[in-house]
Amino acid sequence: MTGPTIGVLALQGDVREHVRALESVGAHAVPVRRERELHGIQGMVIPGGESTVMDKLLRAFELFDPLQERLREGLVAYGSCAGMIMLADRVADATADQRTLGGLDVTVRRNAFGRQVDSFERDITYAGSPPPMRAVFIRAPWVEDVGPQVEVLARLEGGGFDGRVVAVRQGTLLATSFHPEVTGDLRVHSHFVDLVRQRAQ
Amino acid sequence: MTSASETTPTTGTTRVKRGMAEMLKGGVIMDVVTADQAKIAEDAGAVAVMALERVPADIRAQGGVSRMSDPDMIDGIIAAVSIPVMAKARIGHFVEAQVLQSLGVDYIDESEVLTPADYANHIDKWLFNVPFVCGATNLGEALRRITEGAAMIRSKGEAGTGDVSNATMHMRQIRGEIRRLGSMSPDELYVAAKELQAPYDLVREVAETGKLPVVMFTAGGIATPADAAMMMQLGAEGVFVGSGIFKSGNPAQRAEAIVKATTFFDDPGVIAKVSRGLGEAMVGINVEELPQSHRLAQRGW
Repeated sequence: MTGPTIGVLALQGDVREHVRALESVGAHAVPVRRERELHGIQGMVIPGGESTVMDKLLRAFELFDPLQERLREGLVAYGSCAGMIMLADRVADATADQRTLGGLDVTVRRNAFGRQVDSFERDITYAGSPPPMRAVFIRAPWVEDVGPQVEVLARLEGGGFDGRVVAVRQGTLLATSFHPEVTGDLRVHSHFVDLVRQRAQ
Repeated sequence: MTSASETTPTTGTTRVKRGMAEMLKGGVIMDVVTADQAKIAEDAGAVAVMALERVPADIRAQGGVSRMSDPDMIDGIIAAVSIPVMAKARIGHFVEAQVLQSLGVDYIDESEVLTPADYANHIDKWLFNVPFVCGATNLGEALRRITEGAAMIRSKGEAGTGDVSNATMHMRQIRGEIRRLGSMSPDELYVAAKELQAPYDLVREVAETGKLPVVMFTAGGIATPADAAMMMQLGAEGVFVGSGIFKSGNPAQRAEAIVKATTFFDDPGVIAKVSRGLGEAMVGINVEELPQSHRLAQRGW
């Protein structure tokens, strides 16, 4: 059985790392920069990078509306870090004209943990399943509040920032504050590809 | 608490430092000297800004010793934008680097554009929580900087000239040397390491993976959207633009055009479109007409 075809938004960010992670869990990954490249994909990853840059380029190259439309129709999507911001309905500390694709009923705070000197890695528990997952937070956002339909998949416990939500899912949308694509732990990508497969059935 | 779980946050790890550069890929980092310029850069789609006191073209024109920027100026830029802020320290000036780290800059550029503070040693970058980017003209130089702890490399061009020829030369040089390593048999890599003046383990890693272990951007002399796109086609993973934007006729529009050309570097239709009506590019100096002693790319070793 061939894996599902998953687009990776390739306007800016760590596209290659997501492509590699997706291919490692049996999906076929394709970069997406244009509207026509949205055809034929069954899932979409929005990578780490700068959310302000992705927003501007999505709009400038007329990809914003078609991608938002596909997400509203139920395209399964996963966003890491900047990708989480892009999928959030509300952003704290956004730039003046910043827009997001939305869909996740959450407020996400940009650069919530501080500047790059404060960026860190630590273990977390993802989706309640052992063993611990090493998670890398790079100028990362956190989820400040969640709507009733949102399932919290991970929050920080102990070690500072206690209780902060760092992974969520709502229906077809999955998002993490951290970057599983840079650690080689494939559980988040595998979870995402399972959601894509379930949706396809 | 299980013994297998390490929930204490660890800052300044190699993964956190190199990972930061991965997030900048496909983006444009712009030199800015004021908070207003930083805002223009952010609005145009810069992925980060580089705070410095004078752009390379002015350093070149005015001469004198060029140093780390005024902390007030860096604070002002950090306050003005939400994207990452980088700043330059002189080669070997570890105290300037300590100061920049304490100001909360997101990346330090140990840069040949400033006057070197030490003609023998670079900064020991492992001692810092903040990551460093360093310039390189060839693979050996890149690997030595990585050995000292650099988490990102930029191929050097001749800064402040608007002449892209040195950027292409050094990018081709580094990429060519990486390809050559890939064609060598394992026993030849020992001599290759000796000739590159770089550690064997790092040389072997590059030979096996066909790339540097850190992200490589390009810098120096990039003035137009086509320059940026050419460097991306030559293998750069992103672009630093120094004097090219704020020494041009219409900085905001040129900045935005270079951002678009960097993302669509392989699409001549897009590059043509964004290149229209940009007004005057920076005036430019031919690198060949610069006396050897005025060439910045040759600083660093």
